[in-house]
Amino acid sequence: MTEVRILPTGTANIASVKAALTRLGASVSDAETDRDVTDAAGVVLPGVGAFGAAMSRVGDHGLAPALRERIEGGRPTLVVCVGMQLLCRESEESPGARGLDIVDSAVTRFGDEVRVPQLGWNQVEPAPGSRFVEPGWAYFANSYRIDRVPDGWVGATTDYGGGFVSALERGDVLACQFHPELSGPWGARLISRWLETAKEAA
Amino acid sequence: MTLASRVVPCLDIKDGRVVKGVRFQGLRDAGDPVECAALYEQQGADEIVLLDVSATPEGRGHALETVRRVRSVLSIPLTVGGGVRRAEDAGRLLQAGADKVGVNTAAVDRPPLIGEIAEQYGNQCTVLAVDAASTGQSWEVVVESGRTRTGIDVVEWCRKATAMGAGEILLTSWDRDGTREGYDLSLVAAVSDAVTVPVIASGGANEPRHLVDAILAGASAALVASILHDGDTTVTALKTAMADAGILVRP
Repeated sequence: MTEVRILPTGTANIASVKAALTRLGASVSDAETDRDVTDAAGVVLPGVGAFGAAMSRVGDHGLAPALRERIEGGRPTLVVCVGMQLLCRESEESPGARGLDIVDSAVTRFGDEVRVPQLGWNQVEPAPGSRFVEPGWAYFANSYRIDRVPDGWVGATTDYGGGFVSALERGDVLACQFHPELSGPWGARLISRWLETAKEAA
Repeated sequence: MTLASRVVPCLDIKDGRVVKGVRFQGLRDAGDPVECAALYEQQGADEIVLLDVSATPEGRGHALETVRRVRSVLSIPLTVGGGVRRAEDAGRLLQAGADKVGVNTAAVDRPPLIGEIAEQYGNQCTVLAVDAASTGQSWEVVVESGRTRTGIDVVEWCRKATAMGAGEILLTSWDRDGTREGYDLSLVAAVSDAVTVPVIASGGANEPRHLVDAILAGASAALVASILHDGDTTVTALKTAMADAGILVRP
């Protein structure tokens, strides 16, 4: 059974991530120490709430350095929703709060021409070279997004009042702006492909 | 490319069973929530709403267990409402497996509740559920399953609630609930025009045309209950008919 640790970013939505991974046969538990983050076959940074609050939860547990090292090393890590925005240095949502600062992209709010938050199903278009993401419909719940693909990453895009980055891949790291755990069979297949890499790396 | 319009089956839950009435009264049994939710997901539902309509503390306990059971099988979003009086109640539902939480009566009694939930868990999981009764000229908010009219203007209330952090509005026409007469389209249009968050139209669906009209009136999603529970149609059939009418739906 593939062991997956979930980063403590708060309560909201973690149950859905756990349920999805459990259905796919993973053994799921919380990451409590930096050792958990370093040693687990797979690590999930789930998406909840605001940029600043989510980052300070990770920081409070002292897990940011281990997480940064894991992502920079391209080890199996699944990053969801606001988690993907945490890869950046900062966000319009929480001025002054510092993210993981791994990718060089801005996090900005959707424009006034669309309803915000974006709540619902939208189409994901992977870039050539994508290992994980297939074209399909994904469920989004976000008001902020990354507006360009950072160097060294393969990005998928989606349109909502203009294009934005809906997924990023590098090594065995998969970051999704959408919620794969809520994206039906398409999302389950995506998580399953990522889990395979965690299994192989274990 | 843009967002698909959503079809959202709603399960009213009492003591661990799905029930359905007309204008919130005369509830009858409509099946097991886990079986219903799984069936509707399979038919292409875009998310599921669970509304706990039990009035007792025992009923609330049942509801949390129902949320856990539904979550374990469901791979689409789950919104849960009913009996949320404090931010901690919302937290319990989210922990049990809800992705969004609906607040209704308690937010009318104490509006800051909306901001408390939004601040802790985010706007995207804070849903304002509004039950609206027509006054002829406009609509007023009704609470306690329609037993109490508040005199509060629905459009004003929705505007205020979104300013306080509600990220979505679940808008139910009390006059149409369970009647199958179609959604109250002027209500849908009035609220959709007044707010910038998504609006879910609810109350009165009987045929695909009703869902199409609600989307054209400005709703981002259409909620359905009786017609599915009674087996008169399926989510698949509704979405096919909507696509034929030119509405973008998730295939």
